[in-house]
Amino acid sequence: MILTSFRLPGEFGGLAPLYILPDKANTDSGLTIETYQFFFSDFIYVEVFLKSFAVAIFTTIICITLAYPLALLIARSPRKFRNLMIMLVVLPFASNFLIRIYAWMIILGPESALSHIINSTLAFFDIAPVTLLFSPFAVLIAMIYVHLPFMILPLYTNLEKHDPILLDAAQDLGANAWQRFWYVTWPQSLPGIFSGSALVFVPVLGMFAIPDILGGTGDIMIGNLIKDQFLGTRDWPFGATLSIMLTLAVLSITGLFSWFARPAGKFA
Amino acid sequence: MVLIEIRNVTKRFGDFIAVDNVSIEIKAGEFFTILGPSGCGKTTLLRMIAGFDAPDSGQILLEGKDIIDVPPEKRPFHTVFQSYALFPHMTVADNIGFPLKMAGKARHEIMTLVTKALEEVELSQFGNRYPHELSGGQKQRVAFARGLINQPRLLLLDEPLGALDEKLRENMQRELINLQAEAGVTFIYITHAQNEALALSHRIAIMNRGKIEQVDEPARIYNFPMNRFVADFIGKINMLDASVIEVSTFHLKLRVAGLGEITVPAKACIKINDQGVLAVRPEQIRIAPETSEIHSELQFMGKIKGFFYIGDVTTYNIELPNNTWIEALLPNSEPGHAKLFDIGDTVVVSWQEQSAQFLPN
Repeated sequence: MILTSFRLPGEFGGLAPLYILPDKANTDSGLTIETYQFFFSDFIYVEVFLKSFAVAIFTTIICITLAYPLALLIARSPRKFRNLMIMLVVLPFASNFLIRIYAWMIILGPESALSHIINSTLAFFDIAPVTLLFSPFAVLIAMIYVHLPFMILPLYTNLEKHDPILLDAAQDLGANAWQRFWYVTWPQSLPGIFSGSALVFVPVLGMFAIPDILGGTGDIMIGNLIKDQFLGTRDWPFGATLSIMLTLAVLSITGLFSWFARPAGKFA
Repeated sequence: MVLIEIRNVTKRFGDFIAVDNVSIEIKAGEFFTILGPSGCGKTTLLRMIAGFDAPDSGQILLEGKDIIDVPPEKRPFHTVFQSYALFPHMTVADNIGFPLKMAGKARHEIMTLVTKALEEVELSQFGNRYPHELSGGQKQRVAFARGLINQPRLLLLDEPLGALDEKLRENMQRELINLQAEAGVTFIYITHAQNEALALSHRIAIMNRGKIEQVDEPARIYNFPMNRFVADFIGKINMLDASVIEVSTFHLKLRVAGLGEITVPAKACIKINDQGVLAVRPEQIRIAPETSEIHSELQFMGKIKGFFYIGDVTTYNIELPNNTWIEALLPNSEPGHAKLFDIGDTVVVSWQEQSAQFLPN
């Protein structure tokens, strides 16, 4: 992929052949940094990257806020109910990913009950109706929906291991309910949050199916860009360049994550 | 002055009565131990004092005020748990400073007090370590420091030395006595180890099946157990079936099958024909070679049936004329001898009248 990113696109897509004849090799190696210049020459590509990051960050944060109470509830439930609840969390995996995305098309569609309820409420306050489908909102909803279990599971695994005697000890030493959460449960759950975030953030960043199906024309993410370069425009070198940039971004993010998770991991 | 009064407290778990109508008064500054076999309800009692469980009936009073409705975090009591319950994600210093932080003390004040507490438990260099980097004894000291730093009215200790090995436990017992004396805090100590209770406490409450059997000073508990359970639970004791045949102001005359009539000191509430046991501690029994001079009425011929050498003392099993076996404990003050008698030797067994007692069934 690295090599591909430094080559030229072929006349009919794919890759231009490398000059392998020795007499021409000294004048032109067939390698170029053209694609990288192209990437940075137009702000639109950087913008798509930034937007994808924004979606990934939002999705991760919302997943944490939704998953945390649920994971805590499951972890504190009597043991016999826990497996049932975990099964319910994983149940959506039983049906195909694309089918679940198409289901959201129906739920968010202009004729759906949800759209009617929202728009009639908005009309009551004299606000113009909104379209739910083909919007950044639809993309975000589906992203959260698909990735929520990936946040719940590592969080639950972490929370379930906490020693309940520590909460008793904290209470005994004068901590109220909020202090017990903030000083005892939360810091101990950070490793779970970090691994859950990695499991949500990285796939969301590279996701192309959800923006393709539920997003509008403007809601394109890096994943769509890369897919188009390979399957649409057939500009393989540029597609490879985009992939390299995405890989670098993901690596630096996961590097940061593990660096943050490091002090917390000391006692794990 | 009475600090804590437990008044007619009962706690049930379903059909099981964990704590059965218990009443105790604990004085301020006292080292009070609740001693009992596992499952006797002592931990449930402790959890009710700490506030984690509410009694089904009865009252718990702090200086005369009922505190049943006060949640644990509002009670001026701290607990040292058996597993220490140190926060694994906090340094030793943060662990010790936790109660101060919860009480809303200023950062510099917390630092000063924590530094002082670390010095007291000789852990000054360990402030920045995490609990998992400490040994068992060090963790224990951190738990004590954390429990005492906020000067609670009462420190509850739930078998805190249970997880330590024998040698370390003895050192920690000494430290605990000093710690309590220095801090002047009232301790309620829960344990099933009778030697620990005897060594540490000002007073001991013996608990069995949810009931308090006896509350008294260690020496009185040991020497004057109220009933067979207490006598048997604390230390070793020889028991010979006996019935009362004569009651006077200072004496009871007992009949022991095969041994005849034996006089023991008088005891309250004992009537003629009461059935029970004659109880004598092994170390109160004297044995002498059969050739030695007879100088007491209260003596029997016995036969050495076995012995148990544990270094400082040797326990002898002796068969009495009525075919019951008793144990006698002799200190090994003469070096180089594991025993003074051999199996099969006939010996003279005796004890002083006031060292024996009658325990009713």
